[in-house]
Amino acid sequence: MANVSLGAPPTDKAIAAEERGAALKSDLSRQRLRAAWLFLAPMLLVLALVAGWPLLKTIWYSFTDASLSDLANAKFVGIRNYWEYVDYGDGTGEHFGLFFDSGWWNAVWNTVYYAVISVSIETVLGLVFALVLNAEFVGRGFVRAAVLIPWAIPTIVSAKMWAWMMNDQFGILNDMLMSIGLISAPIAWTANPDTAMWAVIIVDVWKTTPFMALLILAGLQMVPGDVYEAAKIDGVHPVKVFFKVTLPLIRPAILVAVIFRALDALRVFDLIYVLTPNNSQTKSMSVFAQENLFQFDKFAYGSAASTFLFLVIALITLFYIKVARLDLGGRGT
Amino acid sequence: MTLRNCLLAVAAASLLAGPAYAVQLSIVSGSVGTDIQELRGQLDEYEKQSGNTVKIVEMPASTTDQFGQYRLWLSAGNSDIDVYRTDVIWAPQLAADFVDLSQAMKDEIPKQIPSIIQSQTVNGKLVAFPMYTDAPALYYRKDLLDKYGMKPPKTWAELTETAKTIQDKERAAGNKQMNGFVFQGAPYEGLTCDALEWVASHGGGQIVAPNGDITINNPKAVAALEQAKGWIGTIAPEGVLAYKEEESRGVWQTGNAVFMRNWPYAYPLGEGKDSAVAGKFAVEPLPAGKDGKSAACLGGWNLAVSKYSKHQKEAIDLVKFLTSEKAEKERALGAARLPTIPSLYSDPDIVKRQPIVAKWKDVVAGAVPRPSAPTKKQYNEVSKDFWTAVNETLAGRGSAKENLTKLDHQLRRLKRGGWE
Repeated sequence: MANVSLGAPPTDKAIAAEERGAALKSDLSRQRLRAAWLFLAPMLLVLALVAGWPLLKTIWYSFTDASLSDLANAKFVGIRNYWEYVDYGDGTGEHFGLFFDSGWWNAVWNTVYYAVISVSIETVLGLVFALVLNAEFVGRGFVRAAVLIPWAIPTIVSAKMWAWMMNDQFGILNDMLMSIGLISAPIAWTANPDTAMWAVIIVDVWKTTPFMALLILAGLQMVPGDVYEAAKIDGVHPVKVFFKVTLPLIRPAILVAVIFRALDALRVFDLIYVLTPNNSQTKSMSVFAQENLFQFDKFAYGSAASTFLFLVIALITLFYIKVARLDLGGRGT
Repeated sequence: MTLRNCLLAVAAASLLAGPAYAVQLSIVSGSVGTDIQELRGQLDEYEKQSGNTVKIVEMPASTTDQFGQYRLWLSAGNSDIDVYRTDVIWAPQLAADFVDLSQAMKDEIPKQIPSIIQSQTVNGKLVAFPMYTDAPALYYRKDLLDKYGMKPPKTWAELTETAKTIQDKERAAGNKQMNGFVFQGAPYEGLTCDALEWVASHGGGQIVAPNGDITINNPKAVAALEQAKGWIGTIAPEGVLAYKEEESRGVWQTGNAVFMRNWPYAYPLGEGKDSAVAGKFAVEPLPAGKDGKSAACLGGWNLAVSKYSKHQKEAIDLVKFLTSEKAEKERALGAARLPTIPSLYSDPDIVKRQPIVAKWKDVVAGAVPRPSAPTKKQYNEVSKDFWTAVNETLAGRGSAKENLTKLDHQLRRLKRGGWE
């Protein structure tokens, strides 16, 4: 009952059920509510332990002077890790803290840039793949399995593999591009500041487009065939069918797929850490946090970065859900 | 019932008896070149001698990657690892997590190079014991220099010119893949070493002076970095900005570079059967800058015993075994790892089989340390800020002057009242 208001597409039946439930709170419905909570309790408990507790702990550390070698004696220091003004005593002073750290804002910008570009490309490509895979053709099962391979390879392995393929001296990518005459000299994909971010995006698109395709394909298969039949009889142009029929119907599936990917992209770590470590053009928020937490003696500062990372992701997600829901509402009624 | 009792007794006996006679130790080590094979060979010998077994936990080559993992394990009080192979720059940062070796190793300490022991001593505590030291070399293709009648360069300016000439002529002769010079330009600890050498050899100081003053923003350092910037895309491939040791060795060992800056481990590998440059190269100390003298960054690895190890006594024994004169000699013969025991540099076997080691005694003696001692626990961040500034300069994002001014500000912010 309750999940209707949490963004699932409202069907007529569900809305009716909701209205009935609100109208009369019978003993039966109260009993069912209790049972629901009972069934949910183990999951909520586990969630609180593995997600809630570490999160609270991280937020707490961000307000302390914790050092990784001495976590037990962390003392509360207020918002010093986020903002601090140091007065030099001679009328001058300087702002310190995460909010005034250009390195951090660079990481935020890199992450958002990466997330927007990669998810956009993946959505479009994923849609194309899904449409192809949804069509009837010989060997469809085989092609569906083959498309999933990049998604099945662990990120570390695919990042290493691509690092070799993009190597400026021995890489196959340069070799191929040079032999067809697209470039005249080998490109140092991961080293050149202009191409480093694109190298990361290329690998991410290669890896996660299948995931997008899979989710969208699931949406496509929910579309009833008679709609297309009707369109065919009316002689509607296929392009128009796609934009007026298919796209609106699979929109919920696309929106869910996009949010999954966006969440994943905003906390990107492994791919960048392996492919272009320490490169300031590709340093993401997670890499920044890891660096401060474990490389430098700044556990509290890294915790502040992690907390902020959490807030950024939460805000973007809320904003997105808000926008997406408006769309859904416009469709439903 | 009797059967069950029997089984219980056997289980109890094996539990009690096991640890009493032999323990299982774990050593964690990064891997460059043949490090792991070399270590395994020596561990097999130790196992035979002591009856204990030792497992190697293998880590990536990059010292930066290793440090992050070790810091995590140590702060979690992980008892799975007994012995850590540590970088020369880590001692001040990890001192609290390792056992003091000064008592256990007191007979061995006088045999070692004093400055290396000093570098591993923090507030009187010997944090780690030297395994081998490191000081880089300029590798050059003897055959190519002879072919074009050129001499090994004494200054960076000569290197630039020689590399350019040979690279261009080789390319014109159809050897399209030839590069003039390869080094470690990726943004990581290795670039701090390379760039420190350029700066120090121009007389531009050591980033942070031993007394803690920030000295990096000076005209000589600017000149050194501007010169290095001029190499990218001319004598060095653009990809050098993503090369670590092994990537540069890859280009070199396939015969595609005239010069390479690398550590001595690349010498025996370059003479190996699968190497395209076997018998065609030689080494010299790194060139000097304008009005300066050659500077080699002090590297090297040490062994430290974890405070959280359950077998500290055996672990210390293992450290003793791996740092003995015999072990250091084997490592010098097999992998050209530079000994930390001075007498080994004149050892007849080493002189005969690994001439680079014998030749490197003075280079080691004059090597320039990174500022890990004055910057204490903040060294990693200082180093990151430095390598970032250098990498951005090399990549053409801002001039050396701009980036070093920015770096100077960053380091001042980091230092505030003083290094801690």
